[in-house]
Amino acid sequence: MDRAKIKKELEMLAAEGLPAEEPTEEAAPEPQAADEEQDAKKSKKAAEEPPRVNGLLETDYNARGFHLDVQVNPDQVVAAAEILDREGLTMEMVTGVDWLKENQFEVVYDYSYTGGELFRVVVRARIDREKPDIPTISEVYPGANWHERETWDLFGINFVGHPQLERFLLPDDADFHPLRKDFKP
Amino acid sequence: MSTLLGQSQLQETFELNIGPQHPATHGVLRLKVTMDGEYIVKAEPVLGYIHRMHEKMGENRTWNKFWPNLGRLDYLSAIAYNHGYAGLVERAAGIEVPERAEYIRVITVELNRIQSHLLWFGAFVLDLGGFTPLMYAFDEREQILDLLESVTGSRLTYCYFRFGGVYNDIDDDFITGTRAFIKRFRPQIPMYHDLVTGNVILMERLVDIGHVSSEMCRKYGATGPVLRGSGVNFDIRKNEPYSVYPEFDFDVPVYTECDSMARYMVRMKEMEQSLRIIEQALDKIPDGPYIAEKVPKMIKPVKGDYHFAVEAARGTFSMRTVSDGTNQSYRMRLRSPTYSNLSLFEEASRGMLLADALAFMGSLDLVIPEMDR
Repeated sequence: MDRAKIKKELEMLAAEGLPAEEPTEEAAPEPQAADEEQDAKKSKKAAEEPPRVNGLLETDYNARGFHLDVQVNPDQVVAAAEILDREGLTMEMVTGVDWLKENQFEVVYDYSYTGGELFRVVVRARIDREKPDIPTISEVYPGANWHERETWDLFGINFVGHPQLERFLLPDDADFHPLRKDFKP
Repeated sequence: MSTLLGQSQLQETFELNIGPQHPATHGVLRLKVTMDGEYIVKAEPVLGYIHRMHEKMGENRTWNKFWPNLGRLDYLSAIAYNHGYAGLVERAAGIEVPERAEYIRVITVELNRIQSHLLWFGAFVLDLGGFTPLMYAFDEREQILDLLESVTGSRLTYCYFRFGGVYNDIDDDFITGTRAFIKRFRPQIPMYHDLVTGNVILMERLVDIGHVSSEMCRKYGATGPVLRGSGVNFDIRKNEPYSVYPEFDFDVPVYTECDSMARYMVRMKEMEQSLRIIEQALDKIPDGPYIAEKVPKMIKPVKGDYHFAVEAARGTFSMRTVSDGTNQSYRMRLRSPTYSNLSLFEEASRGMLLADALAFMGSLDLVIPEMDR
């Protein structure tokens, strides 16, 4: 594993995706700004995260629990997984976050290195809530199969190309996605 | 053995259903198996029979009220799960923990780990047809449960940790009781090896069965004794040190055989190492408060993502939370080790004899409520 190489390759990948990302980025700041104002009222300690450089953020491990945080385009998650796979990292989990106010889903991939020196990478991609399609990484990491299936089950995020996108933890006849923020039991 | 697949004269396969109520699955796990004679063509685990949506519960209650849920995931190493959650929120909210509290945490987590491995040992050998070891294992386990009950107040679904420390200080009775337990238990382990490990029936069932390579572990995210039985020296306690683990001298048992026997040996050796850790912790434990004095009643972590991982008895248990700055979590993700460990079962069990596959499944040490969450 070569940290610098991972960082460089992911940075190149994330930078590639930047122009295409612009429309969503321009749309996003408004609700975010409103969000932050509200938060400032609630807690005086507003988040002071450094801005992302080319979609890449080196996080403080002691404060966050991971070293590298990469924002990519939804169609780049497979390429990101391939980069990390080449360097021998493990896929730890795949999960989703429902950002209802911004009308987006965030898919979060956690990678870690089990071969020795600790290194944790978070890859995240945002997709439209109305059309939640994202390619599957289960071709690269077969272990992602179950995680993606669970994420589909609980969020309704459609992993395009997934071999078996069926109900997993919920019963087969369930017609809801309980981790969506607008889910009413 | 996979060469034998499809060579039966009739070229017929049949479906076999195992579980959800079956003694070999140790809980409500179901396997849909396609068989060719006695050989497995495909074994598909079906999950969700004890799904309770703990992740949603994490989103609709305050940070403090999520504590009892942690004891109900992995009911065999619940204190390690307590540790994961405590570490996560303490990292997010920046809460300092007194040193004595961390020592108490380590002692109870390691006792809990031994207890979990003992139950696994008894139940695993029971799966393979040996009844007696279960009685020995439960005898020892009972003493750990009594010790833990005296400080935590419960025997199985522990809710012992609090933000900034633990709920109850340990007393002299606990310390002398734990020392007495270590003295009694240490000579028992060679006895287990005499009784079980060298047994030829056990060897036939475990050696060279259930091959899981380190590459397969990596692709599926398997951790814990499964990974260490495949020759990878990875233990969160060493590789991503948390709490006061760096202060203790202990080894990480690693076996390179990649078979069920290797996983068995890793767990047996881990019990010895846990005893070492407890012994050192009892010697070194400092005086002082067992819980931080200034812990805010209303915890409001700064907005953002947080991640924390601990080494539970079955592997890496990691929690990820997204905080929106309020007194509730916006998203709580629990990554349970056996979920990933079992996901390789379908690939690893292909072409295996059914009886071997069940022994292999036992060597993965499954706890179903933890997978289903």
